[in-house]
Amino acid sequence: MDFLFIQFLNGLASASSLFLVASGLSIIFGVTRITNFAHGAFYMLGAYMAYTLTEHWSGALGFWGGLLAAAVAVAIIGALLEIILLRRIYQAPELFQLLATFGVTLVIEDLVIQIWGAEDLLGRRAPGLKGSVDIFGQAFPTYELMLIVLGPAVLGLLWLLFHKTRWGVLVRAATQDRMMVAALGVNQARLFTGVFALGIFLGALGGAVQIPREAVHNAMDLQIIVEAFVIVVIGGMGSVLGAFLASVLIGELNAFGILLFPKISIVLMFLVMAVILVIRPWGLLGRPESHARSALGTAERPIRPLGRGGRNAVLAVLLVLLILPVFGGSYLLNVATEVLIFALFAASLHLMMGIGGMVSFGHAAYFGLGAYGVALLVKFLEIPMAGGLVLAPLLAFTGAVLFGWFCVRLTGVYLAMLTLAFAQIAWSIVFQWDAVTGGDNGLLGVWPAPWASTPEAFYYLTLAICAVGVMMIRRIVFSPFGYTLRSCRDSVLRADAIGIDRQRIQWLGFILAGTFAGIGGVLFAYLKGSVFPDNISIPISVDGLVMVLLGGIQTVAGPVVGAGIYKALSIFIISETEFWKLILGTLIVILVVAFPQGVVGFAVDLFRRRDPDDGEAGEAPA
Amino acid sequence: MTIKRTLLAAVAGALAATLMTGAGVKAADTIKIGEINSYSSLPAFTVPYRNGWQLALEEINAAGGVLGKQIEVISKDDAGKPPNAVTAANELVSKEGVSVLMGTFFSHIGLAVSDFSKQKQILFVAAEPLSDAVTWAKGHKYVFRVRPNVTVQADMLAEEAAKLPAKRWATIAPNYEYGKSFVAAFKASLNKRRSDIEWVDEQWPPLFKLDAGSTVQALLRANPEAIFNATFGPDVAKFVREGTTRNLFDGRTVVSALTGEPEYLDPLKDETPNGWIVTGYPWSSIDTPEHNAFKAAYEKKFGDYPRLGSIVGYATMKATVAIIANAGSLDTDALIKAGEGTTFDTPMGKATFRPEDHQSTLGAYVGKTAMQDGKGVMVDWTYRDGADYLPDAAATKALTPWK
Repeated sequence: MDFLFIQFLNGLASASSLFLVASGLSIIFGVTRITNFAHGAFYMLGAYMAYTLTEHWSGALGFWGGLLAAAVAVAIIGALLEIILLRRIYQAPELFQLLATFGVTLVIEDLVIQIWGAEDLLGRRAPGLKGSVDIFGQAFPTYELMLIVLGPAVLGLLWLLFHKTRWGVLVRAATQDRMMVAALGVNQARLFTGVFALGIFLGALGGAVQIPREAVHNAMDLQIIVEAFVIVVIGGMGSVLGAFLASVLIGELNAFGILLFPKISIVLMFLVMAVILVIRPWGLLGRPESHARSALGTAERPIRPLGRGGRNAVLAVLLVLLILPVFGGSYLLNVATEVLIFALFAASLHLMMGIGGMVSFGHAAYFGLGAYGVALLVKFLEIPMAGGLVLAPLLAFTGAVLFGWFCVRLTGVYLAMLTLAFAQIAWSIVFQWDAVTGGDNGLLGVWPAPWASTPEAFYYLTLAICAVGVMMIRRIVFSPFGYTLRSCRDSVLRADAIGIDRQRIQWLGFILAGTFAGIGGVLFAYLKGSVFPDNISIPISVDGLVMVLLGGIQTVAGPVVGAGIYKALSIFIISETEFWKLILGTLIVILVVAFPQGVVGFAVDLFRRRDPDDGEAGEAPA
Repeated sequence: MTIKRTLLAAVAGALAATLMTGAGVKAADTIKIGEINSYSSLPAFTVPYRNGWQLALEEINAAGGVLGKQIEVISKDDAGKPPNAVTAANELVSKEGVSVLMGTFFSHIGLAVSDFSKQKQILFVAAEPLSDAVTWAKGHKYVFRVRPNVTVQADMLAEEAAKLPAKRWATIAPNYEYGKSFVAAFKASLNKRRSDIEWVDEQWPPLFKLDAGSTVQALLRANPEAIFNATFGPDVAKFVREGTTRNLFDGRTVVSALTGEPEYLDPLKDETPNGWIVTGYPWSSIDTPEHNAFKAAYEKKFGDYPRLGSIVGYATMKATVAIIANAGSLDTDALIKAGEGTTFDTPMGKATFRPEDHQSTLGAYVGKTAMQDGKGVMVDWTYRDGADYLPDAAATKALTPWK
């Protein structure tokens, strides 16, 4: 009993740390609808700043003052970021801010290494809270007790702020209906900046209070960002109390879970999220989104089949790709093959999110299942390549059938997070099941058959499969099914009214998208010769999102172009410099500001502006 | 519109600039070695590692290179991901035309590059990846490895652990292959040495995501007499802090893998635990001619003391060049033939690639942690030669299906 109580306290202490970060993220999302990928980076920055300040300032005042000052300093940086960068792109298509904050994250990751060095930094312990107190005969750290108090204290202060101040009332109003708030004459720009700064302050404070608990290091951001998102979603987007409950739930389940299953931590929170979302589609305390789609503020431009100019451009690109082996060396072909694979992957993701309106944060699941499908066939059945190409996507297909059935019952960010949960569950199975999947040491020796083993042959094979795949996706987009899918995306009510079975249609779209991604994964496995859990992990999903958004989510060609730009750039920059995060991140930020509709979206705008007769789409915002 | 144009120009300019730097002219009269490591994702280890091989490279070239030619190393970052490592390896082999590949830190990346080298039939000298599989279960004739594998290091630690009176043991290790195989090897070795060992608990936190409070509490509940730890990096710092505050280490000996490496020991500063039995690198107290020379040269060139990564980088470079020198040519088959049995110099002394499994006999330092002047150091250490712990030729045969 004593032990259980102590373990309960441990769970609460972890919960408080999680809550600080998650509450900030939740507030930011609730009001501004920014999916702030950089929240983890600001958490890390808060920790680094706090380390420096507490090393320089002595005494209790210096320590606690240092933590607060660090959080304030990072909040100011956050506010500047909002004013300089994010304000420019509020009118961009949904999730575009994710791309911008992804670029910022890359930049910050490299900067902290440049500023603070590569080695882990172990900060001071809190003056007065270095020791432990005796609880039921167990030594319990006093600092952890302080954390247990800090969580509810912050929750209380936020409650006061939101219920007893005018600013807080406006924030709550904007969380419910930000267009109405704007219509009533509230200065949205100031409100957004304030909310963003508050959210970043909480995130940075969450990082700063880790100083006495753990070493500050340059991978802190990635550890926390996904967890924070999960907490926010379990609690219900925009609900601070929900985030608190979710933090306690996760903290306690982890504390007790490791007693029964020591390996549970790796997947626990995703299991919890999947279960909660299946039972409560808007999280513990969330509400259905009132403006499921119209919150963008702009009408979506209808997509149309290519005109003659577009067809000629596609033909020209295909021609160049066909003769590429004539002048490209085998390394160039290798890179081109990889780009083609990701073009198919991005196109499949776009079919799901751009056409189907189902944003996926876990598209890597189907890519990875495709890759593992072929690796397992090779390992256990020694199946030849032709068979592998045909059979392996079946695993991705099966995964999409299963996961999709649950996912299409949700909408918006909740759907996206459920895809993430399933992807992470699939990842953890692959990661843990050593006997079958080889665990994190992966499966080796998945090389193409002799007839396809030269770079040229494999390139042509990939080109054929990916070109056909992308064309099929295009065909689907402009087929009656594609229009039906779009109708479900644009107006659930009207689609229902004319008798469309929305969930069935979206499920089909989900399965198609997953299968195409799986085909990409199969080719990827043959290209690299080995398959690892990395192939099914979050960075692959993020890469897909970046490609789609960079190219332009409201265009059909965008994802393919985005894949080309992003993949080629990143391979090239990583090869040239180890500071690739800094350069790539900066380039992404520049592209985001230059092309808020994505690169292809921008080109389409330009084309239509020059040709006003073609003005059916209406004026797109610049 | 003007802003947009300016930005466009900026993007174009940035691209052009990066393209230009890539087009450097390469001298034709050198031997090219391709090198891959996780520079951007694990700089704490890989930056000293790079310093190490650069120092060795400088020394080798100053002494006239090898086969009458200067050595040129082309180094790539793998961003901590196996597919990126394969892309980099491909670029090095197909575009740069390197004769040998070397490097890598993580085991799964080492295995990915190793499999690539097998497919492309090119020699790969693995530096750091510790997994047994690299030279045993998933080994092949094209791969050689410099550092002692997990089983060897676990065996060295278990040898010391067996001398302790403790019978009730608990383990804590990161939940991935390195942690799992370290614990398995330690258990097997200790069980072999002692018949009275009882394993009372095991904790498997995700790598770098240790929930220290709950985990330490769980270990306390099991009330072991000794603990085997294989966490490292930020996890070990958390573990030490939380364990100290909660009196986990009172009256319990901890046997801990890698904790004596400066990369992981130094950040602990005045919180370094006392008397942990560790593997590591006591750089400040080694007094051998080869290490003194290495340390002096390193400190002169980089203005910093060497880390374990520096030794690994230095040794890997020396080993690779020694293979080339022995082979007398750059033909891969000749390299493999010469590589088996090649002896090379390292700051730890000489080491040899065993013909039976292509594993080098490089050893490790085993000692105890202590605090001196507010810093963590290793004391009472000895150097254990890998050759004494690797299985003999007959036993190795059973482990290497590829031989």
